[in-house]
Amino acid sequence: MKKLMIGNEAVARGLYEGGIGLVSSYPGTPSTEITEFLSTYDDIHSEWAPNEKVAAEVAFGASLGGMRTACAMKHVGLNVAADPLFTLSYTGVTGGMVICVADDPAMHSSQNEQDSRHYAIAAKVPMLEPADSAEALAFSRDAFALSEQFDTPVLLRMCTRVAHSQSVVELGERVAVETTPYVKNGAKYIMMPGNAKKRHPVVEERTKALAAYAEDCPFNRVEMGGTKIGIITSGTCYQYVKEVFGESVSVLKIGMPYPLPEKLFRDFAAKVEKLYVIEELDGIIEAHCESLGLDVIGKELFSPIGEYSQGSIRAAFGLEAPKSTALDEALPMRPPMMCAGCPHRGIYYTLAKNKVTVIGDIGCYTLGAQPPLSAVDSTLCMGASVSGVHGFNLAQGENAEKKTVAVIGDSTFMHSGMTGLVNIAYNASNSTVIILDNSITGMTGHQQNPTTGYNIKGDPAAKVDLEALCRALGIGRVRVVDPYDLAACDAAIKEELAAEEPSVIISRRPCVLLKTVKTAPPLRVNEDKCKKCKRCATLGCPAISIKGGKASIDQTLCVGCEVCVALCKFDAIEKGGCAQ
Amino acid sequence: MKTTNIMIVGVGGQGSLLASKLLGSLLLDEGYDVKVSEVHGMSQRGGSVVTYVKFGEKVYSPIITEGEADYILSFEKLEAARWASCLKDGGRIIVNTQQIDPMPVLIGTAEYPEGVLDSLAAKGISVDALDALEIATAAGSAKAVNIVLLARLAKLLDIPYEKWLTAIEKSVKPRFVELNQKAFSMSYHK
Repeated sequence: MKKLMIGNEAVARGLYEGGIGLVSSYPGTPSTEITEFLSTYDDIHSEWAPNEKVAAEVAFGASLGGMRTACAMKHVGLNVAADPLFTLSYTGVTGGMVICVADDPAMHSSQNEQDSRHYAIAAKVPMLEPADSAEALAFSRDAFALSEQFDTPVLLRMCTRVAHSQSVVELGERVAVETTPYVKNGAKYIMMPGNAKKRHPVVEERTKALAAYAEDCPFNRVEMGGTKIGIITSGTCYQYVKEVFGESVSVLKIGMPYPLPEKLFRDFAAKVEKLYVIEELDGIIEAHCESLGLDVIGKELFSPIGEYSQGSIRAAFGLEAPKSTALDEALPMRPPMMCAGCPHRGIYYTLAKNKVTVIGDIGCYTLGAQPPLSAVDSTLCMGASVSGVHGFNLAQGENAEKKTVAVIGDSTFMHSGMTGLVNIAYNASNSTVIILDNSITGMTGHQQNPTTGYNIKGDPAAKVDLEALCRALGIGRVRVVDPYDLAACDAAIKEELAAEEPSVIISRRPCVLLKTVKTAPPLRVNEDKCKKCKRCATLGCPAISIKGGKASIDQTLCVGCEVCVALCKFDAIEKGGCAQ
Repeated sequence: MKTTNIMIVGVGGQGSLLASKLLGSLLLDEGYDVKVSEVHGMSQRGGSVVTYVKFGEKVYSPIITEGEADYILSFEKLEAARWASCLKDGGRIIVNTQQIDPMPVLIGTAEYPEGVLDSLAAKGISVDALDALEIATAAGSAKAVNIVLLARLAKLLDIPYEKWLTAIEKSVKPRFVELNQKAFSMSYHK
């Protein structure tokens, strides 16, 4: 059966057909849908883990237990899971294990554009890289056999364009795989020095065997065309090369970017007059060519920054661009923003009003950095707010403690904020942490997490008691506020900043986009009362605009949260708008 | 056979996803190779969103760059202008005349460009502007804007009218089929 699937759904299908028994992941754009689609198959076990390290270790345990298993994460998630990855390379697997990692060149939804292929090289683990959904399905399916044949976890590298593009796939049957009975094997699985020393040579030999396998494996292929130009490429770049050149050039299409073969490269190079490498981000294939002494043009022509396209490749080769017309005038940007009724807005408004320094984190609430609130001072990585605020306060001294907070979401707190909070308590930091508890993992599109009370299937699950948890971690002052109540937010922030001990404020209200949240009818502006002060516009609510100097509320966007009502000194914002 | 390139652009949350889904599966049923590409994540929060739909005998790149789009289907005026440079020479923009102010306009740091559609026409770009919201509302629901816009595209593609109605039936919930087919018909015959 033919079907259109995004790359991530195809990965899920491939893993399913390949006999996966368990998947554990933490959401992260552009990888999230792999696990979401896997969770729709009832004959496998799927779960959200609190972070990528836990996910990879759950998958490791399942592999040790003889089951085919996978975990999926975004590129920066692999940083978190790097610890198990490097030693998994030594232990190898029992059940086949696939680690799906999705890179985000151009940073559509990420804080950096690191190239995950470096991990394959550093951990000495083979990596596969599909170029469309059909390959995503086939590579994921076949990765299990590769993993078991070479006794190694396999990295499957996606990128945004492959992960989120739909293309045609052909569905196959799921293979029946029995769980391997467990046999204790300490020499392979207990990685203390005596054993690990014996495993390292195994890893080196395996890499040689994989490089030999790569010479004529099904993942790499040569497409001979014109021989004046030869292009070595992989992933989504292959599609751009074909779009620009068709059959007029020869292509060595790499589907296994690590380890790379030698003879295949030399033979291809010998057949073409001029050799190019086209790969997004870093020059990894190019470096391999250079190590073989091949004369190749790569990063001198193609940028290590951002995404490529057929347009950028045409430009690099000096080919004529299609004629196009653009308007002369500059157009206003349309950046993403916090939704109307977003519970984060009340807290950010209060922080901005009190000129508080905000050590931020990763999630929807990063959008609090956008004007007009401009309330965030830093965003580094998952969890860095809680750890970072302590260091900042130590550097800046007592004055900073009274003017600085960390903000972190519920899911991010579970991911890696807890350890930072322990550190605050343990090292007697007088820091203030605000947990923005919107009862969901928001930015990645509403995934459950340990604080929501539901699992990946939507079934009831153990629910972390955040207040009790923070107390157990050593924080004496823990309080909860409703972010729609500006007066309460103001009091809480002022009092906790003034306190002479560390404190946690839990700002609790579910994401307004949740289906379970009942919103109120829209509000309206009483034009007779509006004095054109524009105070309501400082909230940065997309439902509020200024028309002819006076405030106006978009009746289709407003959810009646009434945060603006509290702000208006002239009582000009009233109930009784007209719902559409 | 050449590839036909369609861009669907708008503001996050406007429902362009259904339009690309319907179009993609219809084109697949018609026997074409199809690629549909969108970016999830940040862009969903009221930001500018773009989806690429490409079909032909064999489609390689999933994206559309400057001067390549045969058609741009825009859910909002400013977004039509933003992506106009992707339009092929001789291409056509179908645009809903709705105006959604972006944050810089809402907070008064930028102006919404006046007469933006006239500016496009003045550049020699072929523009099919319609109040899709009005047609959709007349058909029974403001949410049918996507179908109203698709109907204008349908007039330009070589796919029989009935096939579109069938595609609607396959893509929307049973209780909304009639409403959406009505919206399609009203817009197609306008």
